[in-house]
Amino acid sequence: MSKRKTPGLNTGAMSDISFLLLTFFLLTSSINTEQGIPRKLPPPKTDDTPEMKADINKRNVLNVLVNYLDQISVNGEVIPVSELKDKAKEFFSNPTNDPSLPEKVSKPIDGIGDFAVSKGVVSLTNDQGTSYNMYVQVQNELQRAVNELRDETSLQYFGKKYSALDSAAQRAVTAAIPMSISEAPPMDYSKAPAQ
Amino acid sequence: MSRFKKNGKKETPELNMGSMSDIIFMFLFFFMVITTMREASLKVHFTPPQATEIQKLEKKSLVANIYVGAPISKNENTLPPGEVSVQLNDQTIKAEELVSDVRDFIGTEKESRDAQDRDKLTFSLKVDKDVQMRYVNTIKQELRKNNALKINYAAGKKAN
Repeated sequence: MSKRKTPGLNTGAMSDISFLLLTFFLLTSSINTEQGIPRKLPPPKTDDTPEMKADINKRNVLNVLVNYLDQISVNGEVIPVSELKDKAKEFFSNPTNDPSLPEKVSKPIDGIGDFAVSKGVVSLTNDQGTSYNMYVQVQNELQRAVNELRDETSLQYFGKKYSALDSAAQRAVTAAIPMSISEAPPMDYSKAPAQ
Repeated sequence: MSRFKKNGKKETPELNMGSMSDIIFMFLFFFMVITTMREASLKVHFTPPQATEIQKLEKKSLVANIYVGAPISKNENTLPPGEVSVQLNDQTIKAEELVSDVRDFIGTEKESRDAQDRDKLTFSLKVDKDVQMRYVNTIKQELRKNNALKINYAAGKKAN
């Protein structure tokens, strides 16, 4: 019996099909638009949640107010957005142990040792008429302050930037520099009757 | 010399097209992996605010989107006073149904995920930068009430 020769398949049309699929995916794709500032909301209020206000010292709170004209006030002082980061950084780090800035509590942290953790909390209040853009800018500046402090701490203890650390070291730095933002219920000045 | 002389005229050899499809397939897989299907067509104008400290969301399948912005067509449902629409899935919602629709949306999105993934579900707020906070606050309150605590403020990368 003679060996039958398989005829050569014409695969030219296969590339047509895959081209078709390729263009389909090219058109329907949107590359990596899922990015933004992640946040966690506080758990829903229940009746047994105690009011925490009483035991927070005044020096431990940074009051950030944003009004309906997108102006920012920090502890009663009106500042532009560009200064907010430095204010928040000074507030969270308190380098000179200023008695008007938040107190620090020494806590043992795995991988770092004893670290003076700030008790500072940023209290953020918006107006109902604040633009979303300004709200995100404020969140961004606060995040930037914390990120810079975390970078500094990681460089000091691990010799690397925060983003280059492994997850255990990242957890240690996060414990050393916590990010505490508390959002107060929004104000609504724009609804006040016109005088 | 006649030994090397070719017989007949020169013919261009036929190109082997077989490996071309391999290359195309490689492209295809690349795009299939990085792609996210836009499951709903946008009914609102949405320009994200710019920020520097943005992070990429890890798993696209664990993200549910809520769009808020100015309506593209005049026939869309708006919230009073009529300049802002909220879009869930593929339709804008009516003002009086805002609270119940957001609640249902959170419920169905949670149910469509596995039990162990439910806590990792992130609600991405895709809000236009000119929208006032009152609409965002209402949605945030509803998310909080329904225990959907992981949220994300969608933002574009700002060049420093």
